[in-house]
Amino acid sequence: MGSRASTLLREEEIEEIKKETGFSHSQITRLYSRFTSLDKGENGFLGRIIKIPESPMCRRVVVSFREDQVNFKGFMRTLAHFRPIEDNEKNKNPPTSEPLNSRTNKLLFAFRLYDLDRDDKISRDELLQVLRMMVGVNISDDQLGSIADRTIQEADTNGDNCISFQEFIKVLEKVDVEQKMSIRFLH
Amino acid sequence: MGPRWTSALLLCLLMVASSLANEAPAHETSASGGNQTSTGHGEAAPITTLPIVTWKWHHVSTPYLVALWILVSWLCKLVIEANHHVTTYIPESALLICLGFLLGGMIWGADKVQTFKLTPTVFFFYLLPQIILDSGYAMPNKLFFTNMGGILIHAIIGTCWNAATLGLSLWGCHKGGAMGDIDIGLLQYLLFGSLLAAVDPVAVIAVFEQVHVNEVLFIMVFGESLLNDGVTVVLFNVFDAFVSLGGGAIDAKEIVKGIISFFVVAFGGSLVGFVFGLLISLLTRCTKNIQIIEPGFIFVLGYLAYLTAEMLSLSAILSVMFCGMCCQKYINSNMDERSVQTVRSALKVFANGSETIIFVFLGISAIDKSIWVWNTGFILLTLFFILVYRFIGVFVLTWMMNRFRLVPISLVDQVIMGYGGLRGAVAYGLAVLLDETRIKEKNLMISTTLIVVYFTVIFQGITMKPLVQWLKVKRAALVELSLIEKVQNKVFDHALIAIEDISGQIGHNYMRDKWRNFEEKWMSWFLLKSSARKKQDRLFNVFHELNLQDAMEYVTEGERRGSLDFIRNENAFVDFKKKFDEDFAEAMPDIMADMIQFDGCNVVFLYRGDPVPSVSLEMHEQNLRGLRQAEEINAHHLLEQHLYKGRKQHRHKFSRSHFSINQDENEVQEIFQRTMRSRLESFKSGKMGVAPPKTITKHTKREQQPKMPNGKNRSYYSGDEDFEFSEGDSASGYDASFPTRVSYRTGAGIENPAFMPDVDPSSPMHIPPWLADAELEVSPVAPSQRAQVRLPWMPGHLHRLSSLRTSPRSGDSVQEGDEQLPPPPPPPPRHDRDDNHL
Repeated sequence: MGSRASTLLREEEIEEIKKETGFSHSQITRLYSRFTSLDKGENGFLGRIIKIPESPMCRRVVVSFREDQVNFKGFMRTLAHFRPIEDNEKNKNPPTSEPLNSRTNKLLFAFRLYDLDRDDKISRDELLQVLRMMVGVNISDDQLGSIADRTIQEADTNGDNCISFQEFIKVLEKVDVEQKMSIRFLH
Repeated sequence: MGPRWTSALLLCLLMVASSLANEAPAHETSASGGNQTSTGHGEAAPITTLPIVTWKWHHVSTPYLVALWILVSWLCKLVIEANHHVTTYIPESALLICLGFLLGGMIWGADKVQTFKLTPTVFFFYLLPQIILDSGYAMPNKLFFTNMGGILIHAIIGTCWNAATLGLSLWGCHKGGAMGDIDIGLLQYLLFGSLLAAVDPVAVIAVFEQVHVNEVLFIMVFGESLLNDGVTVVLFNVFDAFVSLGGGAIDAKEIVKGIISFFVVAFGGSLVGFVFGLLISLLTRCTKNIQIIEPGFIFVLGYLAYLTAEMLSLSAILSVMFCGMCCQKYINSNMDERSVQTVRSALKVFANGSETIIFVFLGISAIDKSIWVWNTGFILLTLFFILVYRFIGVFVLTWMMNRFRLVPISLVDQVIMGYGGLRGAVAYGLAVLLDETRIKEKNLMISTTLIVVYFTVIFQGITMKPLVQWLKVKRAALVELSLIEKVQNKVFDHALIAIEDISGQIGHNYMRDKWRNFEEKWMSWFLLKSSARKKQDRLFNVFHELNLQDAMEYVTEGERRGSLDFIRNENAFVDFKKKFDEDFAEAMPDIMADMIQFDGCNVVFLYRGDPVPSVSLEMHEQNLRGLRQAEEINAHHLLEQHLYKGRKQHRHKFSRSHFSINQDENEVQEIFQRTMRSRLESFKSGKMGVAPPKTITKHTKREQQPKMPNGKNRSYYSGDEDFEFSEGDSASGYDASFPTRVSYRTGAGIENPAFMPDVDPSSPMHIPPWLADAELEVSPVAPSQRAQVRLPWMPGHLHRLSSLRTSPRSGDSVQEGDEQLPPPPPPPPRHDRDDNHL
């Protein structure tokens, strides 16, 4: 299957993805085979529902792929957010566009995980949804609500009871996002 | 002044100790007779008359000396810690060793022979276990397992590398003639190498804890130092056996057996620890009725884990460490809050205490002419090789590891890892264990080991801090718990798991997720009390802690401002506790126990307060009903626990198995009613116009109350005038109940002070809380109201609380609460100042 997948991927496409996302050639082909195995319809697009949503957060990530139909490029673009920042990238400091795995982009991705309605604000309800995904059944709605309230209060500086992206960045200033939102992709 | 005084005391003690020590050998003969000491005493001098007192030094000498030495060592630490300007440059462990030199010199001067030494038995059986148990118990598990790979590589391969290269290089140099005429063979060199190979946990903790390097670096060095014990013990045993077998008898079979024994020892030890850890967790599930000795189980079973592993000749250090690591989570949630605190602090006492003793005795042991054999070549070469090979090993292994790490270990960190290869008491203990009949140069090895230990602990220890600063090593950030960060970290974790899922690789996060699921499903079910299982969520715990912290700040601020009554009941707990501590701490230690009890109650109670965590100051946004419920419980609880103790006698019950407070229902009831009656009377007399203007002031004040957070508190006792003072009175009633207080001048306690004129608002500000209660007896309510008008002013704080007052919902709830009260008056002017900060 892997070999079939890689044959379907044209060399120039690989180059293009490589440039945009920074994945290596072998990573791209490996992920392509994964992509095709997830792709039920075998039409090069992931539909809204794909096979893996084991955890609710997983589904959330898939939703944040943005387009209803995710093609391989979009898939790779999403994954690229989770690539660790490498030393040579830091030094090279590409003047063109910000790489997808920069701190701001990682944060933006994390922000979008909450912000479902795309109004650039995390409302209490959106936060509650995410919290509910992560905590067990032992916590009552009231408790969760108060947690959400407090969380928002910690971040909220302008008093609109929502967390904007600026507030989000500010509050997570000290968190080592570069490390915490990176995984090692297999080669 | 202080240090000088303590050092004088120390000197006196030393004199006593050494003079006693002088006598000790003299009595040795009679003491060695075992238990005949007391009878022997009778025989030696047949009594003609009944002696009133007799001098029985030899009877108590051993435990007495032990206790005295512990005291002396700890006093050393006290002296050292009193000099902060010294400890900032020189680590404590180095100073302790130096003081040890001094003490050793004194004993040597008095006895001409070193009477006290660190013996392997004492070290391995009585000093080491608690240190390791403590570090296991306090181990940050997630961090440890995240870096497990690196730690294992360093602990296993690194240690073998150190041992082999040191042994071989020394042997090579010997063959080259660098050491002159000494009788050491290749196997003995390897044995020596293996005992010096391991980085010592005690030394590492002592130095690294003061340096505060970043957590990954710390866990790498510290984890390695703990885990490499297994390797050292095996290597040591294997080479020890080889030495006694002799070179000829070693064939491939023996070597394979050696390798197998390594795995058995290391994993067997860990397994023993794991089993004991589970055992402890299981036990704490059912210790509800014996809470007093609950913490004891951890110590006893931990020690048993150590001894069991030792008995099976497995790695005891690994065993006790894993025991601590396994049980930490479960016992912390199974046991009562107090017991957890006890375990924590007691472990720290033991660990820190024995660490101190170890270092002092490492110093003392040096002052002994009989062990010192000098061989310049051997000693210097050993030092040199140890340093060099440690660095080479770290660099090579980290280079290999970095290819597989998400966050590579930087070169600077590697240097510190290499430089952090401190050797310590474990090496010394092993060196002393060497068999003199087989190893001719045992004393040379001991003295070399000692020099290596001193060099690494003192020299490297002192230079570590400047080096860390000079290389600008990433330090550990002082983490402040913030809920959103915690939430976000969790989101990151979950997102990573999701991404690993999507990209279809079985990585680190995926494994962790699987383990967590397994753990939650099975282990928790098996090992946790059902009540404890419910409180397992980390997020909620953080939330809870933050709220507690807020409450504490709130109280502190209130105390600073001179009164506490502005806060709601549950915060008053904290206040009471504090007040009591101040008053009675020296006099009645049992009251302290009671205090702990209160604390416990408080915490337990908070959980009982579900679904509204009652300490939360933001809870005002909750619906009023929930609030009322919580406050009802609050008020009830407060009354029950604190309010009216017997005013004549606080009947002090003593129980060995419970912390008890006076819960005699009748007494409480009676006092309550009487106090209430008298209050009512004085209230009436007040209303009759004894002091009309005061009443008026009172009323205006009262009308302002609903504006404040605990205004709702008041409104809840709707219309019942008498009850309104319960809060303020709680303080005074409480005071009156204590026998040591001068103040039960009034029969049913307390002529009603409620309508006393207001005290000058400026003066109580300076009255500390423990004095404030005296003032409260005179006018318990007045300050409370003043305080209500004035919320503690703390910008950051108020910011968090802001929504209480600004959000429409909280406004509503106040409105609802006000139904029975006059319409809310305009807010006092101070509010405006507060509001500016919102």
